[in-house]
Order: sequence, then C-alpha cells, then structure tokens
Amino acid sequence: MNADGAQAVTDTPAPSFQELILTLQHFWAANGCVLMQPYDSEMGAATFHPATLLRALNPEPWSAAFVQPCRRPTDGRYGENPNRLQHYYQFQVILKPSPPEIQELYLASLAKLGIDFGLHDIRFVEDDWESPTLGAWGLGWEVWCDGMEVSQFTYFQQVGGIDCAPVSGEITYGLERLAMFVQGRDNVYDLDWNGAGVSYGDVYLRNEREFSAYNFEQADVDVLRRHFADAEAACTHLLSRGLVLPAYDQCIKASHAFNLLDARRVISVTERAANIGRVRSLAKSCCEAWIGDSAA
Amino acid sequence: MPELLLEILSEEIPARMQVQAADDLREALLAELTQLLFEAPVADDSVETHITPRRLVGVAAGLPAQIPALKTVKRGPKVGAPERAVEGFARSMGCSPDALHSRDADGGTYYFAEITTPAQATAERLAEIVQSIISAFSWPKSMRWNNGAATWVRPVHAILCVFDGKAVPGAVGFASTDGGPQLSVPMGNATVGHRFLAPAKFEVAGFADYEAGLRSAKVILRRESRRHEIETRADALAAAAGLKVRRDPGLLAEVTGLVEWPVPLMGTIDPEYLQLPPEVLVTAMRSHQKYFATEGPEGKLADRFIVVAGTDARDGGDAIIAGNERVLRARLADAKFFWDQDRKVPLSARAPALKGIVFHARLGSLDEKTDRTQALAVALCRWIPAANRDRVRSAARLAKADLTTGMVGEFPELQGVMGGYYARADGEADEVAVAIAEHHAPKGPGDRCPSAPVSVAVALADKIDTLVQFWTVGERPTGSKDPFALRRAALGAIRLVLENGVRLPLLKAFAAAGANDEIARSLLDFFADRLKVHLRERGVRHDLVAAGFFLSAEDDLVRLLARVEALAAFLDSDDGADLLLAYRRAANIVRIEEKKDGVRYRETWDASIPAEAAESQLASALDEARRELQPCLDDERFGDAMRVLASLRRPLDQFFDGVIVNAEANELRVNRLRLLSQVTATLELVAGFSEIEG
Repeated sequence: MNADGAQAVTDTPAPSFQELILTLQHFWAANGCVLMQPYDSEMGAATFHPATLLRALNPEPWSAAFVQPCRRPTDGRYGENPNRLQHYYQFQVILKPSPPEIQELYLASLAKLGIDFGLHDIRFVEDDWESPTLGAWGLGWEVWCDGMEVSQFTYFQQVGGIDCAPVSGEITYGLERLAMFVQGRDNVYDLDWNGAGVSYGDVYLRNEREFSAYNFEQADVDVLRRHFADAEAACTHLLSRGLVLPAYDQCIKASHAFNLLDARRVISVTERAANIGRVRSLAKSCCEAWIGDSAA
Repeated sequence: MPELLLEILSEEIPARMQVQAADDLREALLAELTQLLFEAPVADDSVETHITPRRLVGVAAGLPAQIPALKTVKRGPKVGAPERAVEGFARSMGCSPDALHSRDADGGTYYFAEITTPAQATAERLAEIVQSIISAFSWPKSMRWNNGAATWVRPVHAILCVFDGKAVPGAVGFASTDGGPQLSVPMGNATVGHRFLAPAKFEVAGFADYEAGLRSAKVILRRESRRHEIETRADALAAAAGLKVRRDPGLLAEVTGLVEWPVPLMGTIDPEYLQLPPEVLVTAMRSHQKYFATEGPEGKLADRFIVVAGTDARDGGDAIIAGNERVLRARLADAKFFWDQDRKVPLSARAPALKGIVFHARLGSLDEKTDRTQALAVALCRWIPAANRDRVRSAARLAKADLTTGMVGEFPELQGVMGGYYARADGEADEVAVAIAEHHAPKGPGDRCPSAPVSVAVALADKIDTLVQFWTVGERPTGSKDPFALRRAALGAIRLVLENGVRLPLLKAFAAAGANDEIARSLLDFFADRLKVHLRERGVRHDLVAAGFFLSAEDDLVRLLARVEALAAFLDSDDGADLLLAYRRAANIVRIEEKKDGVRYRETWDASIPAEAAESQLASALDEARRELQPCLDDERFGDAMRVLASLRRPLDQFFDGVIVNAEANELRVNRLRLLSQVTATLELVAGFSEIEG
C-alpha cells in the first residue's frame, strides 16, 4: 500500500498514465511499427483511424501504433462514475500480416509495463468484433488481467464488406483500464497522470462534466441532423471526385453526428437501423474507392 | 499395437465451441482410420479426443503398423467391344490392355482387371489423414490469419503427430476456399506446456507420456478432470468459510473451457454493494466476470465469490483476488449508479417510452403489446377468480416498463425482475411488484412457476398474447428453429395452468387474444404437442394424452390431465387392460364389417329384434352404464367414470364368448354390429381408447 491507499501491481513504482503511453510507443516502435499521432476528428474507436481501417485493405505489409482519443457520447456519466467516460484513450497497434508471434509480442508489451505473469492471471476470452457501421468484422478475444478487460485483440476478416488479405492483427489497449490495473486504482480520476502530482481528474474531470451535459442535454438535434445529412452528401460528392481520404473524413463525421443524436435519445429503432445503414454504405464506398475497386 | 497421437496447438479456442470440436474430431478420426484400414480393426472405443483452450487432441490406440496388401478385381467391357473402350478401361485401371484377362460372367465374356495395392506402413499414410481431417473440419466460425489463406478457429501454432513412438513426417496446409496460397504448419513430436507456468517445448513418444508431460507442465488435458478440479476446490474454499457454491452448470462448463490449469480463488464482495438486489449481484458476477456466487446455509446470497484463475501465482493468488475484487467493485459501482438513477423515474412514467421500442417488426411496438396484454390479462381473470383485477391491470401495464431503465439496458436478462424492485420502490402493491418480477416465468421445465393469482393472470396473458400474435403473422417454430422461443412460451402457459389448477378454456382464451378459429385450433394442437412433451418428462404416456385430447371440445388442460391420470390408473388395472382388448376387438369388427358393407352402423341396438341372452345383457349393461356415466363426466369424477366402464367388462366378455356377431341372418348381424358400435362410442365418451398404443 502506498500513502493514498492504492496498491500497485508492480514491484517498482507503477508507471504513470503518460509513462504507460511512452513505454508502449517505445515497445511497438522497436517492433517495427510506424508511430503515428491521433486522427484529428471525433471518432468512437481507434478502428476508424484511416491508418487502421483503410490500410487494412491493401495487400502491402503495414504496421503502425498510435494513441487515439475516442468519444462515446452515451457513456458519459457527468464525471460521477469511477469507470465510465464519454472521452477516453485507446492505444492501437495494427500489424499486417498478423505475425505468428503476435500474442507473445502483446504479452511482452504487458511485461514491459511491469505486469508480472507470476503474480497475475492473464486470459484470452472469446470476443468477436463486429462494427455494423463500418461493415467490418473480425475474430479474437478480450484480454483479461485478474478479471479486468485491458485489451481487445482482433484478426480483421472483412472491412467495408471487403475480405482482408493479408489479415491484419489489431491490438487495442484501453489505456485508462490498463492504467487502473497497473496502478491499482478504483477510480479513473485518481490515476496518476505524470508521476508528479497531476491526476487524470485534474486533466479531464471538468471535461467529462461539461461534455456529458453537452451530449445529453445541449447538443442541438436539428443542427446534428443537418450535420449528418451534409457529411453524407459531402462524402458522396468527394468520392465522385476521387478524393477518398477527404470523403472518408466526412464518413467519420457522419458517424459521430449519429452517436450524438443517439445520446440525445431522439433516434427511434427503425431510424437507428436506417442511419447505421447509411454510414455503412459511405464506409463501404470509401473502402472500395481506397483500393481502386471498380464499384466505387 | 501402435498408437496414433495428434495435437493441434492453437491460440485460445472459444469455450463454447470446445465440446463439439472434441466430438467432431472423434468422428473424423474414426471415419478416416476406418477407411484407411479397409474398415477392419478400428474399434469405436479405441479413439478418444480431448480439448483444452489451446489444444485439440486425438488418440487412436491399437492400430496396425502395416496396412495389408489389397487385391481388387474389376469388370470391364465385353470381349469384342470397340478397342478404344478396352484401352480406356485399362487406362482407368492403371494397367496396359495386355494385362487384362477375360472370363465368362452373367452370360457373356468380359475383360477383367486385377489390381494389387501393396502393403504399406501405416505411418506413411498418416500425414494425408491429418490433412484430410483438418481440411474438412467445420467450426461454427473459422478465420484466416497471416497471409490470408488459412482457416481454423484461431491461428494454429504447431501440430504434434506421433505414431508408434515416432514423429510422423510431413506438414499440414491450411487451404483457403478459393484455392489461394497455403499456410503450412510442420508436424513434429513436440508440444509446449502452460502459457506462463511451463512454456518450454518438450518431446513425447505416446499418449501416456504426453498426458503426464502436460500434467507436469501445468496443463490438465481432460475436460472432466478440470471440471472436477474446479468443483472440488471451489467447494472446499466455500466450505472453509461456512458457505456453499451456488450451482451453475452453464458457467462451470464455460470456465472449464477457459483455463488449462484451473485455480479457484475466493474473493469478497464490497459490503457497500450488498444492498443491491441479489439478482443484480449474481448477474454482474456471472455474465461479465464469470464468477460463481456463494450462499449461506439457508440459501441466502453470501458476500463471497469464487473466481477461477488459470495460473498458480507466487503469492498464493492474493494479487489476483485483489484485482478481481477491484473489477467487481467497479462493475457494482456501475450497477449501483443505475439502481440509484432508475429509481428516480417511476415505472408508470416510463411506460410511454415503450412506444419507441419495437416488439417485432410485424407486430408493432412494445406499447401496443402492453395494451393487448393488459386487456387479455383482465379478460383471463374470469377464470382466475382470486386475482384482483385492478392489480392485474397495473401489473400488466408496468411489466415491460423496466426496459427503459439503465439496469436492464446493462443486464437484459434482468427484465421483469428489476421491474419488480422498481415497482416496490414506487410504492406499488406487493402483488403487483411480484407479478411484474415473475411475468416471464416459468422460463423452462425447471424454473419456478408463479402461483400468486395476479402473477398467474399476467404471466399467462403475456405468453398467450405472444403466441397468438406470432401465429397470426405466420411465425411458427419449425424443426430446430424457434427464434422467438414460442415453444418455451407455450410450455410456460401449460405449467401456469396445470400447476395452479386454472380452469381455462384455451380456445376462449385464444379468442380473447384476438385469434380466429383457425389460429385458435392450430395453437391448441401446438399446446397438445407441448403438453405431451412436458408430461412425457413426468412419466405420462403421450398416447394417453392424445386419448385425453380425443374429445374435440377438450381445451381445458386441468380436466384433460385429470382424465389422463384416471385413464392411466384404469389401464394399469386388470379391468382396464381387459376392457381395452374388448374395445379393440369391438372396434375392429365394426370397422371391417362397415368397410365390407360400405355403410356405418351407428343406429341404436333394436330391442325388438330377437337376441341371445348375452346380447340382451350387454345392451342393458350398456344402458345402465350410460346413465351412470353422464353425472360422473359432468362432475369430472373420472375415476368413477372408469369404474362404470369396468362394469362392462363381464357382459362384454360373455358377449364375445357366446355370441357370433356375423350371424347368417343379416338382421341379427346388423343389430349386433350396432351394439358393438354403441360399446365403442360409450367408451369414447370417457377417452379416446383408439389412441392408446401398446
């Protein structure tokens, strides 16, 4: 036990939130990944990053690692829940083709963070991944450390309705969860951010409060519906000009507008299915255009 | 005799697929080996298969080292057939035309080819067998990895194949369906142990060696042993704390498939969360964390849980327990958030939001379903007199309202149960809260069946409405497909009726739910089938149930069951068994003669026509029986009705002993056939004796 009651899982002082990111970056850079920075658009998961989604479609080898902030408006809890955030970080690794030793690499990265397999219980529990909005699916697991899900591990099978060949292995660390596990914290806001007195709450608590209010109460429904329609139209237009990346950018924006509308609870069941279908069709067109499919 | 050992080492196989995969591998090995060895010596029990999260294993004992030579003779074209046909035959048999010989067969002279497959070492054919098994293997979901061509449930890392103590040379290719590039995995005689505790490679010479090697490398190969290990160690942990592990076979099966080296550990639930409903605690532990709940001596949920880790920790598991407790705290904090939030909005205010939730694409919203169920539940009160209609009305109105709560969003399996808690918090009457909580019950043959009158009315209405609605749009279960669990709904309704003695005329109930005659009839048939299945499990013969349903107006299951039980007891008695034989004899004679004559003998026996003594006695016994029978049937005294039928046994026996039915005088014959026809009709007033088998 240290002074404030948390019990770290490592013998040496537990890495701070930022050290955790730095360690993962060093580890994956040393293992051949292109280190990238977050995509500058709101998205629900790192899989939306073009470095993952679009790159997974090409035949050429590709390995990249990056932090991606993710926004899930419906998960907001006004900063009052110790585990749920409407804005959080994923650390994403994409390895194509998936190397045979991918599980061992992943476990080595956990060891680098100070996780001792002689003291902790690591398990790979079936969790197949499917994104109806991206027309994508894969098989894999969630990885449990002492019962806490700290990562998602997926072998991409299809993206935008197109078979992935070669197959990409995608590893997504939930950074807050991983940090809570490594630092032994019960509350995300108590996480040690920099090892020098700044906590996660210092950095993000106000953000959670204000954005929860925005997502659930203030986001303008009419404006969001317009954004959705505008982004959809822009995506289609840009694709007709062969501008795949700007088009895909609009697809991401449409998806986020939809997520906000969902948080405002103004989407009926039928409308929900229809909207997901519209985003999927944009994503599919972008994917096809990206690999030069004639259907685009 | 040599033994074959095969292990396919892969990344973690989903727990739910493991049992089937082991069975499938056994079938495949048996089939392939039988074919290889000319259907000779592969005994069914010589092949066994095992599965752990990372390995699928097969072993076949008692195989021959050599596959004997085989001589096959095949007939070709007739002698004198065109040369090209003869050459073609020889080519297809892999010999030259000179090697063919001719002899007579079936009245002609034919060419014959004789081919000898030389004896072979079994080992030489095994790579091909393994390849064939792997290529044809079917997983519920399989995947590609790496270069995109291989398919298996998860990436394969190594294949161990040992025959007669030696590694079988070769490699297995994982092909793609489109014939793309192959991924090749070499075969060898080495495997690895536990991922963390003993990852080193080791070589094996046979199965005994292999299983023992795994054991010392911290892998328990046999699923049953792992399950046993989990059960006994979990029980011991709980017992040490004066508790019992709550039995959960489904969870036990799943956890057995998640660990190669099971290590049960016991943790404590933070007391702050013990105020949450026990169902919430159990569901949070079970569905998200795969923990077993424990209970005190009187069955009350205790504050300990069992987690099954997959490794031996240096500190005896303290860190693992602490970590799991922390995760559970987080889960329960979330549940508590919902519990606190949800109670801020009363259920009655939530009901309108059901308009936005689709019940089924063709059946409208849950709000509409609620309206129908409410009306039906109130209508059913006519047959459930003890149910307070106002409470039935409230409970039916609120039964689905918890679907809009955060807790049910998080744990859909708690729908209804949470509604019960929230209704109580809203100050609804206890009967209403209970009825909401159990409106889905009973969910299966083993589930507790509601007995409170308000609950019975609401639970019945929910199920009958669902059935009538799905029947009306033509969604009925077919074969193994029953996506809307309609069989379960019908069984639930049957149990509610029978176990509470509800005198519900089903056809009227279906009509009250909006069914037309055709739908109502068809649903009644469906109920009859379900009832047969249900009663068969309780040891009641299905043919007796059919005999009970023989009366076309019978749609009261309580009366039906009373009739069936009386009938079963009657048939067990000498009178009953004898009377059944007499009934069949009478029915057969009448059927045969009616067919011969092309008429039906349904008129009453004519007392003015001369008759033999036994005939008149039977006729008067029959009159007497009918008179006595009616009040028995009216009062549903089926045991008494059976006793009345028993009084017919002697006169019937005497009739068959002393009277020739097919008398020469047609008038006498016809009158006797009429009498027999009246006998069968009288018996059929009580039950459909024609349906009874055996």
